[in-house]
Amino acid sequence: MSPNEPMPEHIVRSYDEELRRLRDMITRMGGLAELQVADSTNALLERDSDLAEEVVRRDAQLDALEREIETFCIRLIALRQPVGADLRLIVAALKVAHDLERIGDYARNGAKRAIVLAQQPQLGSLNGFTRMARMVQENLQGAIDALVQNDAELADEIWAADEPVDEVYNGIFREMLTFMMEDPRNITAATHLLFIAKNLERIGDHATNIAETVQYAVRGETSAEERPKGDTSSYAVPPPG
Amino acid sequence: MSVSLTGSPDPHRDVTVAASLGRRRKRADLTIAVLSWTATAIGLIFLTSILVTLFIKGFGAMAPSVFTEVTKPPGSGGGLLNAIIGSLIQVGLATLIGTPIGLLVGTYLAEYARGSTFGNIVRFVSDILLSAPSILIGLFVYQLLVLPFGGFSGWAGVVALAILIIPIVVRTTEDMLSLIPNTLREAAIGLGAPKWKMIVLICWRAALSGVITGVLLGVARIAGETAPLLFTSLGNNTAQYALNAPMPSLPITIYSYAGSPFQDWIELAWAGALLITLAVLLLNILARTLLRGIK
Amino acid sequence: MPPLSESPADLPKRNGAFGGLKVRESAGLNGDIRVQVKNLDFYYGDNKALKNINFDLPDRRVTGMIGPSGCGKSTLLRVLNRMFSLYPGQRATGEVLLDNRNILDDSLDINDLRAKVGMVFQKPTPFPMSIRDNIAFGINLHERLPKAAMDERIEWALTRAALWGEVKDRLNASAMGLSGGQQQRLCIARTIAVRPEVILFDEPTSALDPISTLKVEELIDELKRDFTIAIVTHNMQQAARCADQVAFFYLGEMIEIAPAADLFTAPKEAKTQEYITGRFG
Repeated sequence: MSPNEPMPEHIVRSYDEELRRLRDMITRMGGLAELQVADSTNALLERDSDLAEEVVRRDAQLDALEREIETFCIRLIALRQPVGADLRLIVAALKVAHDLERIGDYARNGAKRAIVLAQQPQLGSLNGFTRMARMVQENLQGAIDALVQNDAELADEIWAADEPVDEVYNGIFREMLTFMMEDPRNITAATHLLFIAKNLERIGDHATNIAETVQYAVRGETSAEERPKGDTSSYAVPPPG
Repeated sequence: MSVSLTGSPDPHRDVTVAASLGRRRKRADLTIAVLSWTATAIGLIFLTSILVTLFIKGFGAMAPSVFTEVTKPPGSGGGLLNAIIGSLIQVGLATLIGTPIGLLVGTYLAEYARGSTFGNIVRFVSDILLSAPSILIGLFVYQLLVLPFGGFSGWAGVVALAILIIPIVVRTTEDMLSLIPNTLREAAIGLGAPKWKMIVLICWRAALSGVITGVLLGVARIAGETAPLLFTSLGNNTAQYALNAPMPSLPITIYSYAGSPFQDWIELAWAGALLITLAVLLLNILARTLLRGIK
Repeated sequence: MPPLSESPADLPKRNGAFGGLKVRESAGLNGDIRVQVKNLDFYYGDNKALKNINFDLPDRRVTGMIGPSGCGKSTLLRVLNRMFSLYPGQRATGEVLLDNRNILDDSLDINDLRAKVGMVFQKPTPFPMSIRDNIAFGINLHERLPKAAMDERIEWALTRAALWGEVKDRLNASAMGLSGGQQQRLCIARTIAVRPEVILFDEPTSALDPISTLKVEELIDELKRDFTIAIVTHNMQQAARCADQVAFFYLGEMIEIAPAADLFTAPKEAKTQEYITGRFG
């Protein structure tokens, strides 16, 4: 069957309404997660501790939304015994809610570090962070859009777009290592920045997970290929000083 | 046009109209009830008066001699023994002949001829026979067996009664077989049973009590028949049970005694009438009990 | 017989969002074929009720058939034991091969065929006789067994139908006195007593309560060790629970056939999707 064709309505109308509500909840949670990632990055770039604290506070909302979605999905499974595309959507919603919750945790963690970093001298230009954050946010937004619009092609694009993020991350990794070797006083800030970069990279991974989930939810089969990965930092060694 | 799915179309009711409609409803209700009760009462009055008369006169005439002595000339007493035995023989033989024929015809209609034109014709003829005046049957057998063979005979009576019982058995057999769900047939066929085994071992067994009921009702019906016997077995006032000669029977005896001017014969006629009524009543009760077992 | 579930060594590498579960390969439907339906058309008079049906019943597997009323699934079942030939005006063309013989061939002994292909119906159909005679009826049609062997066979059939414990003390009591669920299991026992190769179930639980339904389903699962089974059902969950492969029928055509796990998670055809998710127009 062609995945993007709109499906006819259920005979039981309340079921349709419930599935629509589920999509709405995911959209809302996705939007909130995007906002958290954006604000967390802005707090870092603009050294804005107030904004960072706002991010930390807001994370509870994401957790609550995840629980709400989980409960709703379990209820749907128990009461509607979904099959086919409905089943895949509901399972996808469960998985995506979990991904979004993790994304929120990374954003909150980044915000906490941004508060610390705001007390420290600025380290480098942070241009890599700006770029990485933009890419990750775009991917996240795309993944959520793909889910909400049942768009497997968009999910394919997002799925393939994680590699550049990894490349930027590798760059930041090397840059931070260099800072640390130049002056041990940089180590605190550099370590925090390294973690923030890792968080962003993880957020990107979760966006990819969401894209994979969408591929399955729409097409009914998972992509057979191994996802392209560009994170080589595990093998990085400091250049001989 | 779109109709709102919630709420009634016009929630405002006219109270006075509703009240007058209500009064009319009650009046109509009362009228129908009174008419029904009256009709039932009239029917019951006739029925009970017949039964009461029968029981009073019948029991009054009942004596051991009714069962021990044969019919005798007027004024010399006597009983109904030969008539009772004659009736039992004729009804018994008629049932023995008529039941298998009726059973097989009913089976043919239900199992082989469903929806076929010939089957429909057979069913139609059988139904006509069921409601035909019994005197016609008597006349028919008179033409067939009495005139050509030069005299009234027990056999002719037996045949006439058999012809009467056949359509009854046909109808009940067909009805009972039709009540059997098709899946029961398919279950037998599905195990690899040939059709005749399905019919004999499964369908007949399932329809058994219903068919017995039909036979009992048929016996009850022919036990009281007078008209077909008038032209066939004629009647006989001696203890003579040869089937190729005129043969005594209860209905015929009642018929001739009741119309006679002799008081003791008239009393015997009442006793005989009570006997037949009781026998038919018994058969009906038996049949109903069996039928209740089916349902 | 190979086990249905994969051994851990066969599990595909976990990757992707759903652990890369390859359901399509996991149902293990690559056994022998017991019944093969080829280009089957079926007519009620002039009305074509089945259109060019092609599919296989794999040996000792359960094949479920689903679809809306009048889609032809029950008709197909009644072709497999030629029950339709009871009724004038019904005819089938094409081939239905059982052990490489075309059962639509008129030269085939139809009663032998029905001994090989048993059927269990929607409503329990106990014969109006004792429990023992119900089982013996089918056996006596095809075999002459001495009493001891007959008793043994009756016990075997009732045991396989999970009914022996409940009726062993009243084998001579009328079968009509059993509960609906027991009656249905008696009918299953009666069918397997003839030792068929294939058992056809025509909505076997639609007249039963949920617990009796589960017992019959458990029984079907148990019976597939020895018999090839086809089950028509209106209850999609039942097809999902019982069947190894499920065929979806619509307007006399077979729209899709797939392992149950695939058909209920990711059907290929839009019509199947609409039907199983309750979106039928």
